[in-house]
Amino acid sequence: MTTRTETEHPSAPPSAPARSRSRLAALLGRQPVGILFVAPYAVFLAAIFAYPLGLAVWISFHDYFFAAPGAEVERPFVGLENYRSVLADPDVRQSFLNVAKFLVINVPLTVVLALVLATALNRAVRGLTFLRVAYYVPYVTASVALVSVWLFLFSKSGMVNQVLGPLAPDPSWLINSTLAMPVIALFVTWKQLGFSVLLYLAALQNVPKELHESAQVDGAGRFGSFWNVTVPGVRPATTLVVILATITGANLFTEPYLLTSGGGPNGASASPVLVMYQRGIEQGNPDVASAIGVLLVIGVLVISLVNRRILERD
Amino acid sequence: MRSRVATATLTMLALGITAACGGGSGDSDEATTATGPIKIWLSNNPEEIAWGEQMVKAWNAEHSDEEITAQEIPAGKTSEEVIGAAITAGNAPCLVFNTSPAAVPQFEKQGGLVALDSFEGGAEYVESRSGDIAEQYQSPDGQYFQMPWKSNPVMIFYNKDVMKKAGVDPENPPLATHEEFLETSRTIVESGAAEAAIYPAPTSEFFQSWFDFYPMYAAETGGQQLVEDGAATFDSEQGAAVAELWATMYSEGLSPKEAYNGDAFAEGKTAMATVGPWAVAVYGKDVNWGVAPVPTSSGTSPEETYTFSDAKNIGLYSSCENQQTAYEVLEFATSEEQDGKLLEMTGQMPIRADLAGTYPDYFEQNPDYETFAAQADRTVEVPNVPSSIEIWQDFRDQWSSAVIFGETPVEEALGTAAENATELAGQS
Repeated sequence: MTTRTETEHPSAPPSAPARSRSRLAALLGRQPVGILFVAPYAVFLAAIFAYPLGLAVWISFHDYFFAAPGAEVERPFVGLENYRSVLADPDVRQSFLNVAKFLVINVPLTVVLALVLATALNRAVRGLTFLRVAYYVPYVTASVALVSVWLFLFSKSGMVNQVLGPLAPDPSWLINSTLAMPVIALFVTWKQLGFSVLLYLAALQNVPKELHESAQVDGAGRFGSFWNVTVPGVRPATTLVVILATITGANLFTEPYLLTSGGGPNGASASPVLVMYQRGIEQGNPDVASAIGVLLVIGVLVISLVNRRILERD
Repeated sequence: MRSRVATATLTMLALGITAACGGGSGDSDEATTATGPIKIWLSNNPEEIAWGEQMVKAWNAEHSDEEITAQEIPAGKTSEEVIGAAITAGNAPCLVFNTSPAAVPQFEKQGGLVALDSFEGGAEYVESRSGDIAEQYQSPDGQYFQMPWKSNPVMIFYNKDVMKKAGVDPENPPLATHEEFLETSRTIVESGAAEAAIYPAPTSEFFQSWFDFYPMYAAETGGQQLVEDGAATFDSEQGAAVAELWATMYSEGLSPKEAYNGDAFAEGKTAMATVGPWAVAVYGKDVNWGVAPVPTSSGTSPEETYTFSDAKNIGLYSSCENQQTAYEVLEFATSEEQDGKLLEMTGQMPIRADLAGTYPDYFEQNPDYETFAAQADRTVEVPNVPSSIEIWQDFRDQWSSAVIFGETPVEEALGTAAENATELAGQS
């Protein structure tokens, strides 16, 4: 006597309730309770990031301005008009160029300094805790407070110029169209460095000591060991640091706003976010500001993707 | 996995876009006749708060069913940003006693303001109180979306002690013509009496040109606005004369190109400042000061010299539920009695026809303010045109490039700014 079961004939079509169960299982995954844990963050992400991003994209394709509730206003679809206007605006083009200059200085400097400092801090040195805290303090201090200190350092009659004496640049740092952006890049590098150092310190714990010992046995010196073992060993952290530094740099606002008095001199340190603020909030053109924002998001995504491809290739 | 993440991202984006497409409409016509309690916002300087509190107390004592609740304008970078956000959110108060005329076209476009013409006798009241000057506050359609309230006519305030130290006659410093202004500035800086002759903010905010270019341009042109009849006026001989004067001030280091972190005038870093009568109360006790009209190339007599008004007005906002009460409060707050109290308590000039003649006792007892009161009759406001702030920002950018940093020729910058201003003013 034989019995027929579905398990013996896997090719047979499943019954309707079984199909429904399997679809539900596929949707919920192997651990459905996980969805409950993820849900609060997913909702937060949708409300705080996805909705504003969607709104910004929508606004950028319309003749949009902020209006009072109940006001009858027309916000016609204008296609790519806002993008055309943004790309033709010399101030916007300059701001993107400025931020590119910023990233070229800030990102490599952050990676190199953070890695070197983390490697040094990873060894047993005197005052380790003090040094770790010292590097981290600027990161947790409000930019506004730090900018005041830098204003005293880099203003025309500031400490840096007094030390440099006749070698001080003319025009001075913050009103010099060539030097303003590098000063900002330096400031942000210093301010953000503590966080990158922490990331590298964590990554360094995962580099096996045996690899360093093997390198020494093979005759590698300190630099050779650092270059051939440490640098490849912390590559995932480097990818993260580069992407985070790029995102932070692209969102630059406070520093040009305060340190160079609104992107000065003459727009030489204006960032796209600063121009967005001027166009969107001050001048009441959120449609143009949104178009700048969307272009910035695309730019950051492209740069991050390229960075990831380059840094993660074998 | 990747496709699932991509699908989720796209879904959230689509949700965002769908939600973004929503809109709303409503009807606020009934509100113009409604009466009841109202909220108002006051500027956050102590003198104006004190004036506002007594005004509210006086009103509330007589109107128990239409009480006013007053508060300072919430903190923000500028009042205009805070008010703009409140309009969008629908929680603007009924009246804001600090509405910048430059922001009025934008607030009007947002549907945030109520035309005072909507109330019986509204336009007549504005014109009878302020006289001919009221015309500057009319919107292009001829309506009043702001009540001209008080001005701070900008003049050249100088430190007599610094002038004396520099060897300049402190009682009558030569500042009437552009040439004299330059020479006096050179004398001050060369003598080392002060680091700067005059220190206007060299920063890029749209409103900074109201305190360097605009007063002198108003004086040079005998009261011309930046934009008139839809066209920019400043790409002219007069505009160039003022811009060249400032370009010389910056290129010779008489005015610094770097912003000062503090009060340069109070700290004696500069000999002069372009300020309104508010400065009497602020600097009066600590600085031995004098005041002169802004210079012109030919040295116009003080009685004929115009300047920038630096006015702050009252706006009646559309989110107000009891607009009739708000309008009545507006009339009450700008009555002769309340204007007199404003003058006494703040030193700022109510925008009234014949100010000096209306309050002769005050000016007799406070001669420091007399010069400013005389100047208040000849003030020029920022033009009430669409894209006002955009026009000023573009002007400031061109000014920074040519005048402050000398990177482009002055005439070319004025030409570009004028072309852009005319184009922007034509947009609605």
